[in-house]
Amino acid sequence: MLTKKFDPLKKKIFQVLDHEGNIVDEKLVPKIDDETLLKMYKTMLLGRVADTKALQYQRQGRMLTYAPIKGQEAAQVAPVAALEKKDWMVPAFREMAGMMYKGASLEKLYLYWYGNEEGNHFDEELRILPISVPIASQVNHAAGVAYAAKYKGDKEVALVFVGDGGTSHGEFHEGLNFAAVTESPLVVVIQNNQWAISTPREAQTKAQNLASKAIGYGIPGILVDGNDPLAMYAAVKEARQNALDGQGPTLIEALTYRLGPHTTSDDPTIYRDDKELKHWEARDPIIRFKKYLIDKKLLTEEEDEKLQKEYNDYSNKTFKKVEKSGLVPLDDVFNYTYETLPKDLQKQLSDYKTYLESEGK
Amino acid sequence: MAVETILSAINKTLFEQMEKDDSIVVFGEDVGFEGGVFRATKGLQQKFGKKRSFDSPLAESAIIGGAIGMAVNGLKPVVEIQFSGFMFPGYNQIVTHAARYRNRTRGLHTVPMVIRMPYGGGIRALEHHSESLETLFASIPGLKVVIPSTPYDAKGLLTSAIQDPDPVIFMEPKRLYRAFKQELPDKEIKVQIGKAKTLKKGDDITVVAWGSLVREAEKAIKGLEDEGINVELIDLRTIQPYDKEAIAESVKKTGRLLVVHEAVKSFGPGAEIISMINEEAFLYLEAPPTRLTGFVITIPLPKGEHHFIITPEQIRSKIKELMAF
Repeated sequence: MLTKKFDPLKKKIFQVLDHEGNIVDEKLVPKIDDETLLKMYKTMLLGRVADTKALQYQRQGRMLTYAPIKGQEAAQVAPVAALEKKDWMVPAFREMAGMMYKGASLEKLYLYWYGNEEGNHFDEELRILPISVPIASQVNHAAGVAYAAKYKGDKEVALVFVGDGGTSHGEFHEGLNFAAVTESPLVVVIQNNQWAISTPREAQTKAQNLASKAIGYGIPGILVDGNDPLAMYAAVKEARQNALDGQGPTLIEALTYRLGPHTTSDDPTIYRDDKELKHWEARDPIIRFKKYLIDKKLLTEEEDEKLQKEYNDYSNKTFKKVEKSGLVPLDDVFNYTYETLPKDLQKQLSDYKTYLESEGK
Repeated sequence: MAVETILSAINKTLFEQMEKDDSIVVFGEDVGFEGGVFRATKGLQQKFGKKRSFDSPLAESAIIGGAIGMAVNGLKPVVEIQFSGFMFPGYNQIVTHAARYRNRTRGLHTVPMVIRMPYGGGIRALEHHSESLETLFASIPGLKVVIPSTPYDAKGLLTSAIQDPDPVIFMEPKRLYRAFKQELPDKEIKVQIGKAKTLKKGDDITVVAWGSLVREAEKAIKGLEDEGINVELIDLRTIQPYDKEAIAESVKKTGRLLVVHEAVKSFGPGAEIISMINEEAFLYLEAPPTRLTGFVITIPLPKGEHHFIITPEQIRSKIKELMAF
């Protein structure tokens, strides 16, 4: 049991791949087939490129407010890679790469940040809940999804993401407590990227780390190097199995860092220093994973460069397509409020249409 | 046929629907073993097991947020908030998620669920146990809000709410829980959400009420015919989406409107209904459409509550005032 071996109260951090890409302990390396390893890396890289591009589009005035993922690719892709297809993913809002690993298309994700609800309409079988903006509220949804899975006897789990700031929220506590007491199959990943907009992790809680909060719920918790994809994969894999074995939820704190701003409206240079940024840039999850894959002869520098170019073109092509998607039709902004439009809403819509027609619009 | 109170009608309906649909789960604070503080869920756990009827942790956000997740994953949660005055920790989930999930995902994920809560004053309770908060739900797009005033409607509306594809806030007039009985059929009955009921026909003035104030209005209009005042009494039953046609048609006939509600006056359902009448029936009016509502104050504790609770005498006085206009 990793959660026994790495006790967060003893400040132990689970790491498999150090920040230079070397294996820390062979015994800890999870069994992941080559195809999955490459898929993980490629999704992280696509996430990085698509993220960089999204910031550029925003700076060019083409994209709306966007929440970057740079630096957090391993913390979100590896947990999803450890799931099965039938498992549920419950995102917060900074999980673009994780959502892509689960099957969401970049087009949908760009469409969401471009300002269109269709960007939250994924294929049903992907089992991805929509982006949830109210902080930590999604933890309760995930607890409910997990309860329902257990109720129906379906062998599936819910994986939910929340940030370090979210752990201060009552919703985080209520959701974890509910899932724990009902022994629902839930895996909680805290992407501790050290900053909730401008508020540092130290200002969120007196607890020495976030994983140790698990003790209060009577569940296992583990502090993981969140920029280490192998450790994140192993931790979630174990938590998933425990959940399916009827042991209830596990709390996983992924130590990572938001290399970019909170959103495109934020300027992190105001509140954090360059030294800290440099420290974390050296711990970039993509650099270490790439080295590991090259050492394993699964990837070459040339292939990597080719992939980067391919993803760059793909992002541009996808965003251009999204830009052509145009405005949302009037009926669509009314039609999903209820299953059937109530009479009064029908009238509001038809009155507005009559007005538009009278104006020749 | 069986004789039921509002409370026993709710209990029977839960039994009936859970029997029929095994995706229904009923939970909330003290809901399982004890059957709720008012016993609305009494016997469900004993009959259907802890999986389907259970005591949740004391956490409204988890009750409602958890229900949202269950609904997304195929269950039909019917949850209880112990008193409407305690719904606020869960209000975030109701407003930011339950009401929006369908729209947010363009119809992919929907959250058919029922949130039951006793509401209203007049039971000599502690602070936060007497509020009428329908205004706070009725102004949220995506929610439906229903309030029965009889055992028949409690059964029929709860059945409809459980079978509804959208989230329904089901507010129960706790003052009437055990106040009177009605004979109800043993089989399933449904009352359409969004349909008001005209309890008494009349030509002189329209009185609109819901929940416990329907009973007070009935007392108020008793004998008024002998004084030459023929009241048309409408039980609104659904606050959102409400039955505009029923009220507008009635006011076109009577020319006078009195809306009675225990929710505080400002920006309440009465304000909405009167604005609607201004839009739909302005030229038919013979007196200013008027509200008789809770004062815009914190509802007093029991020793002062009598100043707040609307009486049949007040309703009668307001009717006469409008007739004399």
